[in-house]
Amino acid sequence: MTILTLGKALNEGMRKAMEDDPKVLVMGEDVGKLGGVFRVTDGLQKDFGEQRVIDTPLAESGIVGTAIGLALRGYRPVCEIQFDGFVFPAADQIITQLAKMPLRSLGKLRLPVVVRIPCGGGIGAVEHHSESPETYFIHTAGLRVAICSNPADAYTMIQQAIHCDDPVVFFEPKRRYWDKADVDTSAPPATWTPLDQARVVRRGTDATLLAYGPMVKTCLEVAAAAEEEGRSLEVVDLRSLSPLDTERVVESVTRTGRCVVVHEAPVYNGFGGEIAAVVTERCFYNLEAPVLRVGGPSTPYPPSRLEDHYLPDLDRILDAVDRVFTF
Amino acid sequence: MTAEAPHGAEAPPEFVQLLTPEGERVEHPDYDIDLTPAEIRGLYRDLVLVRRVDLEAVALQRQGELGLWASLLGQEAAQIGSGRALTDADMAFPTYREHGVAWCRGVDPVNLLGLFRGVNHGGWDPAEHNFHLYTIVIGSQTLHAVGYAMGIQRDGAVGEDGAASIVYFGDGATSQGDVNESFIWASVFNAPVVFFCQNNQWAISEPLERQTRIPLYRRASGFGFPGVRVDGNDVFACLAVTRKALADARAGQGPMLIEAFTYRMGAHTTSDDPTRYRVADELEAWKLKDPIERVRSYMFKNQVADQDFFDAIDAEADALGRDVRGRCLALPDPEPLAIFDHVYAEPNRLVDAERARFAAYLEGFEG
Repeated sequence: MTILTLGKALNEGMRKAMEDDPKVLVMGEDVGKLGGVFRVTDGLQKDFGEQRVIDTPLAESGIVGTAIGLALRGYRPVCEIQFDGFVFPAADQIITQLAKMPLRSLGKLRLPVVVRIPCGGGIGAVEHHSESPETYFIHTAGLRVAICSNPADAYTMIQQAIHCDDPVVFFEPKRRYWDKADVDTSAPPATWTPLDQARVVRRGTDATLLAYGPMVKTCLEVAAAAEEEGRSLEVVDLRSLSPLDTERVVESVTRTGRCVVVHEAPVYNGFGGEIAAVVTERCFYNLEAPVLRVGGPSTPYPPSRLEDHYLPDLDRILDAVDRVFTF
Repeated sequence: MTAEAPHGAEAPPEFVQLLTPEGERVEHPDYDIDLTPAEIRGLYRDLVLVRRVDLEAVALQRQGELGLWASLLGQEAAQIGSGRALTDADMAFPTYREHGVAWCRGVDPVNLLGLFRGVNHGGWDPAEHNFHLYTIVIGSQTLHAVGYAMGIQRDGAVGEDGAASIVYFGDGATSQGDVNESFIWASVFNAPVVFFCQNNQWAISEPLERQTRIPLYRRASGFGFPGVRVDGNDVFACLAVTRKALADARAGQGPMLIEAFTYRMGAHTTSDDPTRYRVADELEAWKLKDPIERVRSYMFKNQVADQDFFDAIDAEADALGRDVRGRCLALPDPEPLAIFDHVYAEPNRLVDAERARFAAYLEGFEG
């Protein structure tokens, strides 16, 4: 066991993938000497050279577009998009090319490209640096979408994403980059939780909190607080947003009978809506209450002095928990 | 657009030409080509056959057998000249109109028709032919070609016996961000890529003047690599210029932009009606620069081929047309569950579950 921050765990995961496979490349803005604006690629260029860790021109479509070309030549590029709000210039390459080329080729082409995106708010940043754009990519067939919530998962999931033969949009909760935890870097990959599986991170009996990325930690705090009020909450870290691990979600809600979905992204047409529909369809006779959703309002992300009001926090989630018990 | 001259019909001053529209061989200080009679006959055959396939495809669309077709009529020399400059190791990235390049890369024309018939989005194996899939979104493939060229660099395949990529795009695409980004990437990484722009004067209804105020090949200098304009209706010049650009790229001298100055003789696609936006005079002026007639004329004058040869090629073209038509009509519609195939390379619980549900639904109709 080693104590690592989430950011360092990602770094170690990429390092391991690069050691294991010379075809793995890292590319993006400032990923070389600087080590990325969050230092997630720190030291990789020094150890693997400029041919494998590429400081790119400042154009996100170019990053993903050339990564596709490199993948067509047999490489496994890991692209860093500097911030969530900067992914949109690359959206065309991701949606019209990366996601669709395997199908277009009738399976003859594979695009093992990872697009890493630091996401979410909570760091007091300026506009375009705190967004949660996951739904755009979840809605795009041909992509896998994953998000880690803790250092141990960060270490394994980034490696699984790199090894995956499908394109993966990989979200990283930027405000959790500095969270520390034990990471077992020696556990054999066969023992790792598969990339497309959710995980129950806290057992409970009265209601299920479904969360991912930065909200998992918040929901664990909610469960601890609720316990003091005599409520036993189960917390499920979804980890994979596309595909959703429906069976584990359904199994949990079937046991608890109540469900609250939590994400930073706006509630309206957010991923919580899809989960609510799935849970309602699959758990209808076990539900004691409608599925409730907690997330951002239908507004652009606010100036940082207001972000504490925008982001779901302990009290807002507890409020939803209270409501889910009043039906 | 100037009022006095039909659009694009005036021969531009900067222009690599080795064969005039009248079929006369001319010299150029920087480019030359030495072709055997057999090679010239081969180029002529290519030009005629791809035009014949194109004609057949237009007819098939008109008869309701294709949903759409993007004709290459008028651009045969640009495509055959550049396509025949490629070695097996080079990789080509086409738009949706590169039927002539596809021919040079050994792609069965029926595969192209399948895409426009709607049986798939591209039925050939890009790795088998080193010819990528058609790209419909304008300009996206330029970045793929540059990334591929960066892969060639990382494979150490630059230098003697090196490889390069070539990417095709049109005049309209030069306005796209991706194309400009690809120029920057290619330049700063010195990638072994040739940008082959077929300036056919029209982006559907928009004339060249809506995309640029300067000749397109001059854009390259702003990005830091050479650009050249070639007579896109001259198959000799297109072959010579592309050969040189590819050789330089393979040798590690970096990217080059070729602007093949040509003309889209037909509609943008079979859904388009060019009579709404361009004058007939323009078409008539360009007919005199036909890419096939000038080769034929040269061959006659220089005894490269006799009438028997031309008759044989015409017969071969007709046979090819019949063959392509027959096999196109015989293409089976895909099975309904093919919707779910190849979306992911690895098992995917979402698509797998939806496939199973849809299969069960379909089975409900049986018996």
